[in-house]
Amino acid sequence: MNKKENSSNGLSRRQFLGTSAAAGMTIAPGISLMSVAEAKPLDTAVSSDQRWGMLIDTNKCAKGCTSCVDACNTENGLNTGDEQLSRQGQKAQWIRKVDLRDKTTGHEVSLPLMCQHCENPPCVDVCPTGASFKREDGVVLVDKHTCIGCRYCMMACPYKARSFIHEELLNQVEDVPRGKGTVESCTLCVHRIDEDTNKQRDPACAEACNTAGHKAMIFGDLKDANSELSKQLKKHSSKAIRADLKLNPGVRYRGI
Amino acid sequence: MKYLRMMLAMLTVVLLSSTTVLADVPSPTIPKGNAEKCVLPTDEMRVNHMEKILHQRDKTMHDGVRTEQFSFKKCINCHVVKDEAGKAVSYKDERHFCNSCHTYAAVKIDCFDCHASTPNSRKKTSAAGGKH
Repeated sequence: MNKKENSSNGLSRRQFLGTSAAAGMTIAPGISLMSVAEAKPLDTAVSSDQRWGMLIDTNKCAKGCTSCVDACNTENGLNTGDEQLSRQGQKAQWIRKVDLRDKTTGHEVSLPLMCQHCENPPCVDVCPTGASFKREDGVVLVDKHTCIGCRYCMMACPYKARSFIHEELLNQVEDVPRGKGTVESCTLCVHRIDEDTNKQRDPACAEACNTAGHKAMIFGDLKDANSELSKQLKKHSSKAIRADLKLNPGVRYRGI
Repeated sequence: MKYLRMMLAMLTVVLLSSTTVLADVPSPTIPKGNAEKCVLPTDEMRVNHMEKILHQRDKTMHDGVRTEQFSFKKCINCHVVKDEAGKAVSYKDERHFCNSCHTYAAVKIDCFDCHASTPNSRKKTSAAGGKH
């Protein structure tokens, strides 16, 4: 392209395109050719214009580090000592560290595993009451108001991502209601991502991973081509765990 | 006509006597909220608060709408009752705002099986941390 090809108002074609892409091409008030991907205001419903997802780089994830797990427990009020009678394996766990070892080469990887927020979630398919559902923006949740605690979803989930609460709880965090007799799992910290446009925050696990300096977890909007997440996904090869099930998870991994 | 008048008189007597009975039961003492006024006039809230909370519940759960007017969290924060030590009382305590009326009306609620019954807002670790 000829670099001298400047328009009359002093903007080069490239500059002009750059500005309009950032601002969204507005052709008339209220009508735009392209909406800018951004967080929603507090009073609007979530929409399928977004799909929240995550990219986890197992090469950066440190073996033995549990920053993400600890942050998740604190953020969501898990394991606060309420579950006294439950065995360790019965206690709520929304995110866990998994260590893998290649038997042939001896290569080891460590990765965090949680609800993969599938596009076609089996937990939603099997739920008899409609309590297990997928939000418009791709977040898979349990509506505990309708959950009867049958645990079909726990059996259907290939990632073993869900927990059941066996005991009466007292120390819930106000943003995260949890109670006996219901199933729960990672919510991608909906209470954080639903915040008003400028106050929106990453899920606690991704934030903690960044704070710990590993930067192995990138959270963002899969449908926004300009998000850091989409850029990284485009640039690097990544995999869905159990891609053979064709669930199209919102969480993808590098280095496995 | 005479018969009707007699019926009416009897009905009045019955009604009057029932009010006397009601007056004998001590009215619940409802603790005041901490804000200047409630999100709706008190009379309306007394009758319809459950509808408002229910509506907001589904909007929050499924649509991610977290506006403050009928937010359950906000109810709890404003209607907190503190004990002698200055600590907020939980729903296990009969002085809890919701209990003050629900015990009187004998209406059992299960909100607090899952929801926190005392305010426990924590400091946000970092604001606007995400680049989406």
